[in-house]
Amino acid sequence: MIRRPMRNWLPLGLAAALSVTTPTLAFAEADPADWDAVTAEARGQIVYWNAWGGAENVNAFIGWIGDLAQDEYGVTLEHVKLSDTAEAVSRVLAEKSAGKDAGGAIDLIWINGENFAAMKRQGLLFGPWSEDLPNWRLTDPEANAALTADFTVPTEGLESPWGMAQLVFYFDTARLPEPPRSMAALAGWAAANPGRFTYPQPPDFLGSTFLKQALIELTPDPEVLSAPVDEADYAAATAPLWDWLDALTPNLWRQGRAYPQNAQRMIQLVADNEIDIGFEFNPNAASNAIANFQLPDSVRSFVLEGGSLGNASFVAIPYNANAKAAAMVIANLLLSPEAQARMASPDELGFGTVLAMDRLSDDQVRIFDEIPVGIATLTPEELGPTLPEPHPSWMERLEEDWTARYGAAR
Amino acid sequence: MALSLTRAAPALTLLALLGPVAAGLAGTLAPAFGLMPALGGSEISLAPFRDLLDWPGLPRAVTLSLFTGLAATFLSLALTLLICAGWQGTRAFAALERVLSPLLSVPHAAAAFGLAFLIAPSGWIARLIALPLDWERPPDLLIVQDPWGLSLIAGLVVKEMPFLLLMSLAALPALRPAQSLATAQALGYGRVTAWAKVILPRLYPQIRLPVYAVLAFSISVVDVAMILGPGTPPPLAVQVLKWMNDPDLAMRFRAAAGALLLLALTVTALLLWRAGEGLSARLASRWLVAGGRGRADRALRRTGLGLGALSAALVLLGLAGLAVWSLAGLWRFPDLMPQGWTMRSWMRHGTELLALFGRTLLIAATASGLAMMLTTACLEAEQRYGLRPGTRALWLLYLPLLVPQIAFLPGLQVAALLTGIDGTFGAVIAVHVVFVLPYAFLSLSDPYRALDPRYAIVAQALGKGQSATFWRIRLPMLLRPWLTAAAVSAAVSVGQYLPTLLIGGGRVPTLTTEALALASGGDRRVIGVTALAQTAAAFLPFALALLIPALAWRNRRGMRHG
Repeated sequence: MIRRPMRNWLPLGLAAALSVTTPTLAFAEADPADWDAVTAEARGQIVYWNAWGGAENVNAFIGWIGDLAQDEYGVTLEHVKLSDTAEAVSRVLAEKSAGKDAGGAIDLIWINGENFAAMKRQGLLFGPWSEDLPNWRLTDPEANAALTADFTVPTEGLESPWGMAQLVFYFDTARLPEPPRSMAALAGWAAANPGRFTYPQPPDFLGSTFLKQALIELTPDPEVLSAPVDEADYAAATAPLWDWLDALTPNLWRQGRAYPQNAQRMIQLVADNEIDIGFEFNPNAASNAIANFQLPDSVRSFVLEGGSLGNASFVAIPYNANAKAAAMVIANLLLSPEAQARMASPDELGFGTVLAMDRLSDDQVRIFDEIPVGIATLTPEELGPTLPEPHPSWMERLEEDWTARYGAAR
Repeated sequence: MALSLTRAAPALTLLALLGPVAAGLAGTLAPAFGLMPALGGSEISLAPFRDLLDWPGLPRAVTLSLFTGLAATFLSLALTLLICAGWQGTRAFAALERVLSPLLSVPHAAAAFGLAFLIAPSGWIARLIALPLDWERPPDLLIVQDPWGLSLIAGLVVKEMPFLLLMSLAALPALRPAQSLATAQALGYGRVTAWAKVILPRLYPQIRLPVYAVLAFSISVVDVAMILGPGTPPPLAVQVLKWMNDPDLAMRFRAAAGALLLLALTVTALLLWRAGEGLSARLASRWLVAGGRGRADRALRRTGLGLGALSAALVLLGLAGLAVWSLAGLWRFPDLMPQGWTMRSWMRHGTELLALFGRTLLIAATASGLAMMLTTACLEAEQRYGLRPGTRALWLLYLPLLVPQIAFLPGLQVAALLTGIDGTFGAVIAVHVVFVLPYAFLSLSDPYRALDPRYAIVAQALGKGQSATFWRIRLPMLLRPWLTAAAVSAAVSVGQYLPTLLIGGGRVPTLTTEALALASGGDRRVIGVTALAQTAAAFLPFALALLIPALAWRNRRGMRHG
């Protein structure tokens, strides 16, 4: 691990202060507080939205947003399909290296968590802008802390939320009558059913999420996880997790000698009857897989007792984006009740809405009430409480330790 | 071809590529030594290497990369030679030749997916056994992603063997193997033994560069390794990619150091191989002239044909599996066929991909056309003016093959941004030329140099100028290897993902950028559609390369091989 020199950390507050004191410089081109000027400037612009292209329903939703943006604001939306968000980060980094501080190729990125933390840390993002969007008023950041703290990192207006996701497990009721509903029960179940459970290999995002979920359940004092890892007794906090994993690993699929690469691979393993339980960071994942013929309609979802990890998906604008005004228009459209209701529908994406119902008009609330429930999607009540993400430094440390223990020595 | 231009060709080629190659290399070297101002790295330091050495998976990852790379290359070459030795000129050989273009056109990742679906414990072969035995669950066996990388090696061999076979086919006619073989067999040598003694020593130097390319590719391969290779730890190339894509941007320093280590590994493997060549030559020198007529001839022939057919069958069956998946509704273990069929995957993705066909082929044709012009001009300069030293410096061209693409590209991207060409159609073509040119060169240069110079001398003695000698003698005689090199180049261009995406800035989507993004969802139905579309795009140039000589030489028996 390369330790970043302290001088990179220090100017963070300074930079934030500067961007407040010199708004004319930062917003010479687009100031979201003057929304009419933004929409006027946005007309005719093309937004290149770089977003993962591996899910048909997401691609279709982005296409729909593009049509809406064209009709209502004269903004053209181009979806640049990526196989990994890191490709967009690389691109912005190269532009910064080449000194291309304006007219960049990326206008909007689908981002969250570690990628956001890294881009924010390196000053690769434009803003603050998101909390000045007209539709930001429809959210309630007081009630939903995930909107302003992305993996505990303050968003500070540098990214705008558009969907809520939560860790949800799924299984085939035709093959497994009753799944285990806690991490402790899971280990016992795996011992009785060796080879029938696995998780994506960390540092895959979902695999790391699984480790964090287990850590929250098993650690003596979950409170310490919200602060940076250096401030806690890491060994004491994680010892129960490693004991638990040591017991679980021999009973995993392939005895833990191989792991699926990602969430998508896990769906396939359930379909191939190689494993009995899968999970995804999307409450609608099982319904989506059923609609895509990937899983049979006897599959159902469940969550662990005590709640499961959840967070928001965001869009951010690179510091050198070419069409910042139009990018903000898209971000604002994503927050509109019409788009949020469509996104929340299990027939589309099935992500949770980021809007607060008590901030909407009755008509607007009605759109949400009419959303059908997906065949294998849990209701918000069944989903239960959302656990906050630990500080990102925990994830980095867990990933490193996991690799040393299970990912390299075998 | 203008005289002065030909003379200047090697210098021009070097100049055209020096910029991109230097930029790509700088983009790897600088961060490996701690320099990357955009990430706050402003001082030279060895910290990235110390950090790399601290990674606990390093010894195993390095061993794995070397072992799988060397083993895959050795097996691909051995199989290629065995097939040529035992069957060249026979009907079975002609049949194998016919399936060669489809084999070559299947993208590596698609072939790997197909193979994985065949050999996995829940795959097609297992399902054949599962039905009669009434298995409800697949056995929990570590076949794919095995720790020794055996399935990775298999996945590489089934794709690299056709490539080496194609290269051998292109080089063979100039050696006039039929006469030599007939002579040797008349002296009582067995077929395989005769081939090994009179053809192989002349053929190998001609396919040496392609063999090196296979070795370099096998060591730095990422997509196949991610699908079939082990993950705990993965081969070094995969790990470098993971670091490069890590959200923690500080990992890019370690990734750059890892990329340099990978470069060193590749060079080490090439040196080892080179040493192996020398050793084999020394060991074989007695055997070659000792007069042994060969005993196990029949067994060797059968082994060669059997393994060759098996290898082709694995790719084609895998592709068939993907084709079925592209039409599948729900399809679960242990069903041999889907429960339901649907055109939905094709309706959703097929039309999107079809729209990109034209642009993809245009880029491929232009890039491979440029690469072939430069290559031909360089080789012609060598023939006419003996500009060997200039050509020798062209080893620089091979750097894009040796340095892992993922580490090479950021530097290239910065260069494109600095020159302001980035994000344009032209920039995409230019970057394709950088990655295509090495293949054009290594495919064409050996056959070009091996052409008997007496043809040209006779032509000139009969009063023909340099130009006429090239157009009327050399080019027609080299039509087959020339077209083969062009087809390989075009297929390489079609397959470029990261260069197209990063240099194109997302403004120039192609079949491959779209296909890879769609397939990242991991659904076998989508992978089936994208794999077939990509195969179709790469098939065209290969088919032409085999078809055109067959038509052009339909009444020239001496121009057919065998």
